[in-house]
Amino acid sequence: MQAKSKRTLWLTVAVVILLALVPTLGSKYLVDLSTEILIYALFALSLNVLIGYSGNISFGHAAYFAIGGYSCAILLTTYDLPLIISMPAAIILAGLAAAFVGYFCVKLTDIYFAMLTLAFGMLVWAVAFKWRSVTGGDDGFVGVAVPEFIGDRYSFFYFTLVVVTVSSALLWLICHSAFGRTLVAVRENRMRAGFVGVDTKRLRHTAFVVAGTFAGIAGTLFAMYNRGVYVESAFWTESGQVLIMTLLGGLYSFFGPALGAAVLYTLQVSINQYTEYWPIVLGTVLLVIIMFLPDGIVGLVQRIRSQFARRA
Amino acid sequence: MSMLANPTFLFYQVMNSISLGMNLFIIATGLTLILGVLRVINFAHGAFFMFGAYVCWSTVTFLGGAIGSFWIGVIAAAVVLGLMAFVIERGLLRYLYEREHLTQLLFTFAIVLVVGDVAKMIWGTDQYNVPYPHGLKGAVNFGFAIYPAYPLLLCVIGVVVAVGMWLALSKTRWGRIIRAATQDREMLAALGMNVPLVYTGVFVIGSALAGLGGALAAPRVAVSPGMDATLIIECFIIVIIGGLGSLWGSFLGALALGFATMFGTVIFPDWELVLAYVLMLGILLWRPWGLFGHPEEDSH
Repeated sequence: MQAKSKRTLWLTVAVVILLALVPTLGSKYLVDLSTEILIYALFALSLNVLIGYSGNISFGHAAYFAIGGYSCAILLTTYDLPLIISMPAAIILAGLAAAFVGYFCVKLTDIYFAMLTLAFGMLVWAVAFKWRSVTGGDDGFVGVAVPEFIGDRYSFFYFTLVVVTVSSALLWLICHSAFGRTLVAVRENRMRAGFVGVDTKRLRHTAFVVAGTFAGIAGTLFAMYNRGVYVESAFWTESGQVLIMTLLGGLYSFFGPALGAAVLYTLQVSINQYTEYWPIVLGTVLLVIIMFLPDGIVGLVQRIRSQFARRA
Repeated sequence: MSMLANPTFLFYQVMNSISLGMNLFIIATGLTLILGVLRVINFAHGAFFMFGAYVCWSTVTFLGGAIGSFWIGVIAAAVVLGLMAFVIERGLLRYLYEREHLTQLLFTFAIVLVVGDVAKMIWGTDQYNVPYPHGLKGAVNFGFAIYPAYPLLLCVIGVVVAVGMWLALSKTRWGRIIRAATQDREMLAALGMNVPLVYTGVFVIGSALAGLGGALAAPRVAVSPGMDATLIIECFIIVIIGGLGSLWGSFLGALALGFATMFGTVIFPDWELVLAYVLMLGILLWRPWGLFGHPEEDSH
């Protein structure tokens, strides 16, 4: 396990260094793509705390992404507050929203939990849609006042890289702490974990808040990157999309979801150039994963590797 | 607000609420039936509803709006959706029952994406209107007020579907088998029952109800892409309020949502959707498993 963590650490450092070198390639397109992937990667990693580590299927995770995005945009633009206040405040708001929703959701499990998170997610969508004076309604909140020091494409990319790296490191520490291990125990057998004295409800609530907070961070980045927030970000299909990223990468590995986000997002951008029917492609990809690759890309790699190991 | 003091208006609002509620019930009862027996949340239920509305429009248009064409369209919608469900269940879904809930959830989500795009490929992005069927274009005179005939008929159809489903589930052999499948599928299989066939049957009937509900909704709403997206959430709210797998729960839940929506539009214009959620939360605080639901047993 130690050796494996060390390898993961070195691999991560290598990926971060490679990413930091992307702007030197001189392609604006690649810089934008990398920024978007980094944001979605963090979004997917945050969802995995809930799904991979605690086994709770949230179908309303986009809500906290959107709350982070809207709050950051409104604080920066409408209230003209500096980034150093707006961004943390937006992240805390996303966390508080998750704490409120989580209070209701963790009372239930499995199917009920999934449906309730979905309903709450759509409540956030409904509020964003109807509260026109604050959120801009279905026109979206446009013209976010992004601070000057991260105003251009390159500085924003580095800003995103730093925020996502630090956030991922924090998530990694959380997931590998005693808290994270206990979460896995609860996922594997809720009743048995309860018998040894774990307050499973409180633990799942904490996981819910952690997941929501980090989704909020991704949301703030997304709002500043696009210089706008749109109601679609809170829609349930967005929650479905990030679930697919997580599943595609592999639920039970820490960085799997980030890989899934990179693969799916790149696929989406490239397919959108050829056809407007991206959903049918996504649906088909998803069907293939479900029918043939239940453990995602990471699982596939592991399976191939163990097959080779057996032969050797 | 003060409009509610007007008895005619109040009558209208009440009738509209029931009519909307009954239309929602027909759709939601299919969802809850599938949920109760197969333990699968079918996200594609909304897409099936939309497909049903499109099939009805196409049938009416193809028959040139002749007398009875609407009802042929309604039957066609139920049949087409039943067939689609048969292919999906036999071809794909039945391999997933033993897998995690997440897998099944994502499977139905994939079906939403595929069915939605297929509908877009067939019918484009235009908005279609289905006229009220012949003989139901007028209104019924109650003496103190008049009410349009078609929405009134929806109320009747809703009650007929509810009573029919109840009779079928509680009085017939097949109904007993379906109820047994919600309780203990292994025992049912041990007793020599063909459980996979029961599953296929339930998925087909549930999806046909979505198609039926879509066709019946077609004269009420604009038939267009995206009409499925909010409907599926309304169905979820109904099922959560009523309790998973409960027929009368979804009946009450649908009525509650109908009233919340119709009166919400008058009392809190623009916020009626939020009112529906508040209603749901209130009921959940009181009964976490819905009005007629039971605490789920721990699967471990």
